[in-house]
Amino acid sequence: MSTAPQPAAAEPRERALEHPHPNAAKYLTVATVLAALTAIEVWVYYVRAMRPMLAPVLLVLSACKFSLVALFYMHLKFDNRLFSALFAVPLAIAAAVLLALMALNGAFAHFVGR
Amino acid sequence: MSHLAVAAEPRTSTGLHSRKLAFWAFLGSECLFFGSLISTYLVYKGKSLVGPYPGHILNIPFTSVSTFVLLMSSLTMVLALAGIQRGRMGQFRVWIAATALLGMTFLTGQVIEFSSFVREGLTLQGNLFGATFFVLTGFHGAHVSAGVVWLWSLFAASFGGRVKPENALDVEIAGLYWHFVDVVWIAIFTLVYLIQ
Repeated sequence: MSTAPQPAAAEPRERALEHPHPNAAKYLTVATVLAALTAIEVWVYYVRAMRPMLAPVLLVLSACKFSLVALFYMHLKFDNRLFSALFAVPLAIAAAVLLALMALNGAFAHFVGR
Repeated sequence: MSHLAVAAEPRTSTGLHSRKLAFWAFLGSECLFFGSLISTYLVYKGKSLVGPYPGHILNIPFTSVSTFVLLMSSLTMVLALAGIQRGRMGQFRVWIAATALLGMTFLTGQVIEFSSFVREGLTLQGNLFGATFFVLTGFHGAHVSAGVVWLWSLFAASFGGRVKPENALDVEIAGLYWHFVDVVWIAIFTLVYLIQ
């Protein structure tokens, strides 16, 4: 790959590759949602009636928070998709390794509280 | 990203900034690193032969506040980046200092938590829970510490004119690192603290 500075040529291409980042109001909205999701997570943890489905509910809430930070604060929603791929592929490998190791070691039974 | 601000940055043949591309590749490797630590924790979960056990020792209200602090530090980080991209150095300095202070607050919480655990008998060598818990959260804490040093460096460099709107990419890359330690904590908080 060429890494020589090419400001004049790269500028229009850059515009096509990356979109403007959100404004402060959008960042504040995302922070409010993140705080609310954290509060819901803690609430779910303490509600006895939620115990049977605690793990799936918490995992979904956690995935939502993870996605919000990655998409809006790390700008993956607005930046070039190559950045998303560089992050998502190793993340998927890590998740696959985690699931495989848990299955091989019989850790799922404990994870769901059985 | 402000296009005028980073016009002189080296780019790859894809038209993307080479440093940003390299940093995303680094964050990908960090996913594998923390993935292995989280896997180890989960595989050994519930296999400690002696206590203390997670249910007896983890303080959820305290850690929830720490989690909130770290989440809010991500907000202040993006506000710092927005400030420098718009050429508002005062705004950049306020928010980058706030981010570093929130990071230090999180670390203080972690030190308090670790001290309390050790007093209650949970150590690195005591049982499987202690070993996997301290290695996972300790490495995360080390990443946060490195991030705090990085943020204060940017703050200090902004007074010497080495961090300015023209090289906002430096701040964006530091921000990517900071948000990464935040998303790792989001996973740790759920998998280690809430799902016991």
